[in-house]
Amino acid sequence: MAYAEFTVPMRKTHTILVPNMLPIHFRLLISIFKQFGYNMKLLESTSRTVVEEGLKNVHNDTCYPALLVVGQFMEALKSGEYDPDRTALLITQTGGGCRASNYIHLLRRCVNQQFPQVPVISLNFAGLEKSSGFQLTAPLLLKLVYGVLYGDMLMFLHNQCRPYELNKGDSQKVVDAWQERLEKMFAEGGYRSTKKIYREMLEDFAAIPRSKKKKIRVGIIGEIYVKYSPLANNQLEDFLIQEDCEPLVPMLLEFILYCAANSDTNGKLYQYHDLKTTAFRIGYKYLHAKQLEMIRCIEEHGEFHAPHDFDDLRAAADKYICQGVSMGEGWMITAEMAVLAETGTENIICTQPFGCLPNHIVAKGMARAIKNAYPNANIVAIDYDPGATRVNQENRIKLMLANAKMAAKQ
Amino acid sequence: MNISRTHSHKHPYALGIDVGSTTVKAVILDQNNQLVYSSYQRHFSKVRETIATQLQQIAGAYPGISFPVCITGSAGLGLANSAKLPFVQEVHAAFVAVNQRYPDADAVIELGGEDAKIIFLTGGVEQRMNGTCAGGTGAFIDQMATLLNVTADQLDEMSLKAEKTYPIASRCGVFAKSDIQPLLNQGARREDIAASIFQAVVDQTVSGLAQGRTIEGKVLFLGGPLSFLEGLRRAFVKTLHLDPGNAVFPEDGRTFVAYGCALSAMNQNEVYSIDTLIEKISGAVSENNVLADPPLFSYQEEYDRFRERHASHDVKRGDYRTYEGKAFLGIDAGSTTTKMVVISEDRTLLYEYYTTNKGQPLDCITVALADFYAKKSPGLVIAGSAVTGYGEELLKAGLGIDHGIVETVAHFKAASFFCPEVDFIMDIGGQDIKCFKIKNGAIDSIMLNEACSSGCGSFIQTFAMALGYDIAEFAQLGLFAERPVDLGSRCTVFMNSSVKQAQKDGATVADISAGLSGSIIKNAVYKVIRARSPEELGQHIVVQGGTFLNDAVLRCFEREMGRDVIRPAISGLMGAFGAALYAQEKCSGESTLIDAEALKQFSYTSQAAACKGCTAHCSLNIVRFAGGGRFISGNRCERGAGIQPKDILPNLYDRKLEMILSYDQNEQPLSPIATVGLPLALHYYDQMPLWATFFKKLGFQVKFSESSTRETYYKGQSTIPSDTVCYPAKLTHGHIESLLSQGVDFIFYPCMSYTLDEGESDNHFNCPVVAYYPELLMANNEKLSCKNFLYPFLDLNRRKHVVHVLHEYFGAYASKKAIAAALEAGFAALDKHRAQIAAEGQEIIRSARAAGKPIIVLAGRPYHIDPEINHGIHKLIASLGMAVITEDSVAALAHTPKLNALNQWVYHSRMYRAAEYVTTQPDMQLIQLVSFGCGIDAITTDEVRRILEEKGKLYTQLKIDEINNLGAAKIRLRSLAAAMDA
Repeated sequence: MAYAEFTVPMRKTHTILVPNMLPIHFRLLISIFKQFGYNMKLLESTSRTVVEEGLKNVHNDTCYPALLVVGQFMEALKSGEYDPDRTALLITQTGGGCRASNYIHLLRRCVNQQFPQVPVISLNFAGLEKSSGFQLTAPLLLKLVYGVLYGDMLMFLHNQCRPYELNKGDSQKVVDAWQERLEKMFAEGGYRSTKKIYREMLEDFAAIPRSKKKKIRVGIIGEIYVKYSPLANNQLEDFLIQEDCEPLVPMLLEFILYCAANSDTNGKLYQYHDLKTTAFRIGYKYLHAKQLEMIRCIEEHGEFHAPHDFDDLRAAADKYICQGVSMGEGWMITAEMAVLAETGTENIICTQPFGCLPNHIVAKGMARAIKNAYPNANIVAIDYDPGATRVNQENRIKLMLANAKMAAKQ
Repeated sequence: MNISRTHSHKHPYALGIDVGSTTVKAVILDQNNQLVYSSYQRHFSKVRETIATQLQQIAGAYPGISFPVCITGSAGLGLANSAKLPFVQEVHAAFVAVNQRYPDADAVIELGGEDAKIIFLTGGVEQRMNGTCAGGTGAFIDQMATLLNVTADQLDEMSLKAEKTYPIASRCGVFAKSDIQPLLNQGARREDIAASIFQAVVDQTVSGLAQGRTIEGKVLFLGGPLSFLEGLRRAFVKTLHLDPGNAVFPEDGRTFVAYGCALSAMNQNEVYSIDTLIEKISGAVSENNVLADPPLFSYQEEYDRFRERHASHDVKRGDYRTYEGKAFLGIDAGSTTTKMVVISEDRTLLYEYYTTNKGQPLDCITVALADFYAKKSPGLVIAGSAVTGYGEELLKAGLGIDHGIVETVAHFKAASFFCPEVDFIMDIGGQDIKCFKIKNGAIDSIMLNEACSSGCGSFIQTFAMALGYDIAEFAQLGLFAERPVDLGSRCTVFMNSSVKQAQKDGATVADISAGLSGSIIKNAVYKVIRARSPEELGQHIVVQGGTFLNDAVLRCFEREMGRDVIRPAISGLMGAFGAALYAQEKCSGESTLIDAEALKQFSYTSQAAACKGCTAHCSLNIVRFAGGGRFISGNRCERGAGIQPKDILPNLYDRKLEMILSYDQNEQPLSPIATVGLPLALHYYDQMPLWATFFKKLGFQVKFSESSTRETYYKGQSTIPSDTVCYPAKLTHGHIESLLSQGVDFIFYPCMSYTLDEGESDNHFNCPVVAYYPELLMANNEKLSCKNFLYPFLDLNRRKHVVHVLHEYFGAYASKKAIAAALEAGFAALDKHRAQIAAEGQEIIRSARAAGKPIIVLAGRPYHIDPEINHGIHKLIASLGMAVITEDSVAALAHTPKLNALNQWVYHSRMYRAAEYVTTQPDMQLIQLVSFGCGIDAITTDEVRRILEEKGKLYTQLKIDEINNLGAAKIRLRSLAAAMDA
């Protein structure tokens, strides 16, 4: 089927709509795209219409993230807020064996029927689809990496401060201030001084007046969209804070490292080398060094809990599951359960779209092995779906928390 | 943890309130933690009022006393939050109570109104609740009792007299229902069904909740259903193999959680007077987050106009007591209701009868028919009769009815009577949603609800009854509801919890009634029709079925579609009316219908038996009629019904399976070096020739797991960690058990992200489940170790690597060279196998064409040839006079058409090519088999449909799961056959 392509002149005329998965990160990333001439806009609607548009436009058995993303786009296009002749849509495409690689087709199918002039752009690193007007150049990619790093740092520190802040909103203020500073740095330079920036961030967060009361830390892992997006997980982080817990959400960088590592793993498992494996190996080394640098900065500062080293994650995986399990979030979910349990975050919520195929194996399928290895691990798997009610989900999380509190008392 | 430790400031009393989905329980403990007061009451969704009543009773019994308090329960969460009272999670409350009273218990099973829970106490404490998709709870038992028209207690009594149990899908209440209904309609013993229902609840608990952990030792059973229902208790004890001393049913089982809640209250510091509590609870304002739609009708006149418009679509009426001449009888034996009409030659409606059949359509019709015969005018002669619906075959056999007619065709006939230019019909009955498009005077495409959203019409009814209303009254309430709740559009289990939440948030019964009507429509429009605009459906829409008699449902539909539709006044009788029209059309003068005299003598008995026709061992139900003759149901093929298999066309599904199985017998080495077990599951149905040959060439004895049966599933049931994975995957667990019990030296089951590239797709993945299931098996079956279970990661497209890995594993047995040679032989065998499939496919096509029979490409995945997975659907198709071939036998004959999807899974890509090929063959149609839970098919079904429909072919999809009842599939297939004839 013919579809509209995003061309070079469109950079000047079109607004590119982007679904919001990670509020802190995406704001930074969009500002970077802006400097490269792409006018992007984050979709923040959380109205019921999003789900309804999703239900109308994609197959009902499609997983929840697809339904929400397509729903959010369709709602935006129909809202009248955007001129369809001057609007494009951006969606990610991973190209793995999970059905997420088909979201773009689902989206395009319904966009084509109702707004055929609207181009849909694929954001992928697997060489799947290209639009002449949208190019991930090396300088752009490099800046995006920094955007992810700073986004991760802010998210990680924000989650460690927000539950303890004495004046409500203090942590958010620090995040907002840094967002502004970083946007400026990305435009005017200075963003590469990672260590300096990390340290300043750490100090700014450390300066927030916080209570010393120890709270239960709860890890949120699972399918990438549901794990991060408040729209999908019914504001899970906020709920946990309300319940007097500290949420811990693994970094976005981990997912990128996971993708890079898989190419290398496959090369080893199936005994081949090509340009791709080499490129990904170099990419992995570079990104992993960046991760270690961040961890070191946090540890040196000493006030906050540092994220785990990605190599530890890989080592943990090897105990329970082969790293060849690489569809969806694959082995990373199992490994995250193990590493969290190992490093003292025994209370874990594994979020997943209802009927998620890889998670049958890597989440529910491995829970028993993890539980055997870490008898104190307290894991609950929560399914997200347009029909699943919040009260049901929260009741199950409360059960997990009751166990956590009992364990904490002992 | 020891709760009984003495507190420094121990309260004299403590109060625990357990607010469940259907009941409120209150318990008071004294300072020695002894239970001194308890109460139990159904709340009929009036939660706050019920608690207030109970509290007042407590105030009477304990005047002037203040209590520390705790609230628990699924409906207690929101209440406690808004009343600012302490809350304890209910499973945790149970845990606290068990520790106090039964410290030596090993596990606890608690079934509540809508939740099921399990606690493992020894060997690592673990507490689990059912996921969001699960039946097998008290509400499910209530629903099933309603279906049988008995109380839960009567159901229990009946179950104790059972002789056998039928397999009933246990994952989800709705599935179970679609298993039970046809059993009822076919006349199975109600006692046996009652026992089967309890067994399903047990299976659900064992597989869904325990998820791979064995329930053993001393087990405590809690909750309402388990304290009331003896049959359920027995089923649990029997299935879990518990000694009498190890199955504990506390006398206060139904208030046990409230007891734990009171124990938790004992640790609270704050105390409340009863008055304060009543005040806090009654005044608890819930956060108002109910999503509301606009009212269905704002004022009476608007409703009157609506009624007037619809009243205009009616039939002429006459009286059967005075009419003289030929008349035609039509019967619709639906899933929950039975309808009968008699029309005259000019199609005047002479007689109508409508009743809920209480699961016994044959009884209903004999009564109605006797009444009709007694009162009809002597000059009225029945010149023809026809029957449609679930009970069609039974009634036809028993009462000598002239014709059977597919439901869809009956509805089409009736709809055309009211609107000759009709191009879209939507019928919502008790259990089904049926939609069909009409093109060129024939049914063009049919959409039925999948098993998971069925039960829609009867859902409103069950709900109305649960709230204490009659269905008509309940529906009426919704018409002028101020704020109809938006309940979403998922299956009924989900709707249940949406309703729960809405009630908690203060929605009135009227709002819920209107909301349920809306949900039914949203289900139909988004799930079944999947329409984006009314234009897609057609210009002339006729709606019918009993559910549309509900004006609120009709209104919701018109609103959702944005246009007026036709609802005939006899909306609930359309199937029967269509059957009568058909009887008239086919009339040859004389009718074979049972006459008044014979009817007086009519009686029947029913009996269960197992078919011995083939290895499927179908559960048969044999109904014998007193006047001679019998009716057999439950059989999938003609064999069980006593019909000789002549003229039955060869069928590639059976052949393919035989070919795979032959590798188990042929060419085993004489003195094997070891025995390897290969499971008959998932990708092995595609690659068996390769691996069987490989191992035999190396000198191994090859053993396959048993051929799948329901028993295979049960064998592995307790090691299944995810209850929503597809049935083919679940069966794999049983195959592993089968191999282990055969004493093989090791099982070989490789993980494969990729399968062999067939060069016709963007990538060549396996689906995640097929690719990595061995990892899951290893992690969940304690009997597997790295010694007896080998699951290397292989990419068959890279043979050098495969040889290398296999040498690592089997180097002790053979040289690398020998391994490479054996692998080559394996690939050669696989190629030969594939060529044979293609050749036999061609042969079947040739013979079908010679016999003038149509050909069906039954397109599924390789493992769909497993008889326990396909439930004999191919035999059913063959019995309708069509030849059956597989997708892989013709996939190579076409290239992949242009797709709107990323074509990256090989098994699925074969279906695209097969569909493309079918469009070039005038005498072929394609039926797509979809396993429930196959997320990838959410993408492929839309594409396969598009490929077929763009070239003028029909699209038929059959969704299969553990349900082994083929009722819905039969309707679809017969409709397809009717459409092909047109």
